[in-house]
Amino acid sequence: MTTPGLARRKSKLDDWNRPPVILPSGDGELLEVAMGPHHPSTHGVFRMDVALDGERVIRLKPVFGYLHRNHEKIAEGISYLGSMPYTDRLDYICPLTNNWAYALAVEKLTGQEVPERAEYLRVILGELTRIQNHASSIGFLIQEMGASGTPLMYAFREREKILDLFEALTGARMMCNYMRFGGCRVDATPAWLDATRKVVVGLPAFVDEFEQLLRSNEILMARTQGVGILPPQLAVNAGVTGPMLRASGVNYDIRKVDSYGIYNRFNFRVPLGDHWDVYDRFMIRMLEMRESIKILEQALKEIPGGPVMDPKAKIRGFRPKPGEAYGRIEAPKGELGFYLISDGGTNPYRYRVRPPSLINLTVLEDMCLGSDIADVVLIFGSVDIVLGEVDR
Amino acid sequence: MREKGLKTVEEIKAAIEAAVPGAGVEIVPNSSPSAQHSLRLDPRHAAAVARFLRDNEDLALDFLSNVTGIDWPDKEVAEKVKVIRPVTKKGDGVEQTAEETVEETRKRVEPGCLEVVYHLFSVAKKHGPVVLRMRTVNRTDQVELPSLTPVWRSAEFQEREVFDLYGVVFTGHPDLRRLLMWDAFKDHPMRRDYVEPDDFEYEPTAHDAVLARAAAHQAAHQTQEGKGSE
Amino acid sequence: MLGEGILKGLAETAKNFAGSFFSAERLTTVQYPEDRIAPIEAARVFPILIYDGLDWEAGLRCVACQICEKECPPKCIFIEKSKDKKPDALGKQQFYPAEFDIDISVCMSCQICVEVCPFEAIKMDTVYELSTEDRFQGLLLDRRQLARPNRYFQQIHPTDAGVVDARLAADKVKSDAKAKAAVDATAAKAAAAAALQSVTAPKPGEGN
Repeated sequence: MTTPGLARRKSKLDDWNRPPVILPSGDGELLEVAMGPHHPSTHGVFRMDVALDGERVIRLKPVFGYLHRNHEKIAEGISYLGSMPYTDRLDYICPLTNNWAYALAVEKLTGQEVPERAEYLRVILGELTRIQNHASSIGFLIQEMGASGTPLMYAFREREKILDLFEALTGARMMCNYMRFGGCRVDATPAWLDATRKVVVGLPAFVDEFEQLLRSNEILMARTQGVGILPPQLAVNAGVTGPMLRASGVNYDIRKVDSYGIYNRFNFRVPLGDHWDVYDRFMIRMLEMRESIKILEQALKEIPGGPVMDPKAKIRGFRPKPGEAYGRIEAPKGELGFYLISDGGTNPYRYRVRPPSLINLTVLEDMCLGSDIADVVLIFGSVDIVLGEVDR
Repeated sequence: MREKGLKTVEEIKAAIEAAVPGAGVEIVPNSSPSAQHSLRLDPRHAAAVARFLRDNEDLALDFLSNVTGIDWPDKEVAEKVKVIRPVTKKGDGVEQTAEETVEETRKRVEPGCLEVVYHLFSVAKKHGPVVLRMRTVNRTDQVELPSLTPVWRSAEFQEREVFDLYGVVFTGHPDLRRLLMWDAFKDHPMRRDYVEPDDFEYEPTAHDAVLARAAAHQAAHQTQEGKGSE
Repeated sequence: MLGEGILKGLAETAKNFAGSFFSAERLTTVQYPEDRIAPIEAARVFPILIYDGLDWEAGLRCVACQICEKECPPKCIFIEKSKDKKPDALGKQQFYPAEFDIDISVCMSCQICVEVCPFEAIKMDTVYELSTEDRFQGLLLDRRQLARPNRYFQQIHPTDAGVVDARLAADKVKSDAKAKAAVDATAAKAAAAAALQSVTAPKPGEGN
């Protein structure tokens, strides 16, 4: 997919576990720039201390903590159920997958079973969340490139339809608080499932239009191809997960590896990238939207009747037996995991969120060294982070 | 977790002890239905064990997913001990002293520690998790543990976070400084005995207790902290 | 041809622009506040307290059990229990909340209070235009401001209200039947005692 004539910038990384030292050219001083925390392109309150030689990045240190709310300590002070609305606020673009990851971790801790209809509803809502997340993420990336919001607003048009579905089922557009330990909070009516089918029928046309608008745009290709290359060995060693890892050519999708829930019943493929650059990450997200549509069509066809909640589940006075569990899902941003230690009481003893956005940022410096400062914005946008998850 | 092909915890322990002699690995059972048992490592050999786990062909644990810090505070333990003590008893108007076994309740403080837990997976073999644990000696002055960042780069930010929020010092970490709190901050927020500063909430709310503490703090310090918006 | 991709993109944008004059699909902006989007039934914003009948104080369903106060994650509910009791819809004597404050600047609309309430007393409202000029006291709602009649709940959440009303009606039928059975039993016992009394008591005029 490279336009002939555009040279591919090769990666300067030879020892993949240590970032190279880029020496400044000439005798100029280094210009130290703080990008953020008030910055339109940093996806939230996030700062990068960048040292520049002219336009080239010599050093880049990310600074975190502007949105730190100590979610993990709050969770130690309230019950397991009380933490569920707080998980909505971690990756606030994808609240339902956060709910699912937490519910999965608690179900691993207690060994609860989830009824089949609830599993199907979880898959439907999870894939709808993935579609609206990837559409918004591409939209924001293109906006940072200077497209003034048009592709973003196309993405948001579809996102509005999906958020209306969420509101009709869970009660809130974003902070859904829908999954429970042992199932889902309320059942979906046949009217809701019909409305969802109508939205899903319109989605392939949207993805086609979106791709048509962007895929072969010369400006996009010139700015993103060969930029921000991440070699797969470094990606695996640095714990990168999600679309960023798959764009580096590594076939690791937790939906296929762990087959949590009922994902082994669905027929879908895992797109992988060849060139490991920003363009690949953007195309992977586009292709993953298509795979999510496939899963949605299958799930909406096969969803059975039945209860949506384990009848033995307790809402109040929920006390898991002492022990610990680590549960993880393939969230739209990467591997979202919850590690819970229970001491037999109503509150968890230790509640840990494994934040994919923070860990994907481990390699930000490696990808940005030697490139221009304009590329830093694009590379950072292609990592697709949400500060709520980075800082918790 | 799909574990076909992954050895059991006992087999992993045996493999580690064969490769790294004197490694001192202990199995910590997990009583929950998740059955994710962990291996406690001796900090002196942790780096060598980590390298073996990553480079071994069968295990190929090349992906470090999660690094967690845990605080185990000091515990007061009361135990009943049988001691032999001279006891004076009065029998038939005559005082006699004899040695007898008496039960006493002794209280002692079991020192707490800080623990770090690592969750490992394999991208090459698609199995996992393997859980490793390491404990510091105590919570006050001996809080060093070897850093596993040279083995798995994903530990870089996560170990910084454990240092920031718990106070565990990772020796060998390339850039150990605070991650989420600002550099000049003292204290470690995730510890169980952390006390919030008096003036951390600036706006009056209906939570009278917080309001009272903030007012007391301001009266004590006589500073111009803005209380809410003007 | 260089620029082909950009032209294709511009064609898409032109299609959307032209289409926005003809199809509602393409023009999705709603001119708020003149036009509004149709409200969705399941929406939840902030909690309200439900009362039965016309008198909000006498008909308030809340019995100050304080379960919602304990389960609320951000602790935005403040309840003070009354010292005396008042009869509830089934006639049973219950405590009631002397103070019931919700700080809606803290409330995160998670609706856990609604889930755990055993008495169907607290429900979620759908009104979101709640701005006030007073940031602190203006956003601390007391029980008078929170009380809404059951009619209002039926209006905003008809399906839920139908379920709740059916359950409460069934409870009332059961409780009435029990009360009637108890009254009948006492009446039967009294009649039996009176009959026994009249048999064993001396007839007037006899004796002496």
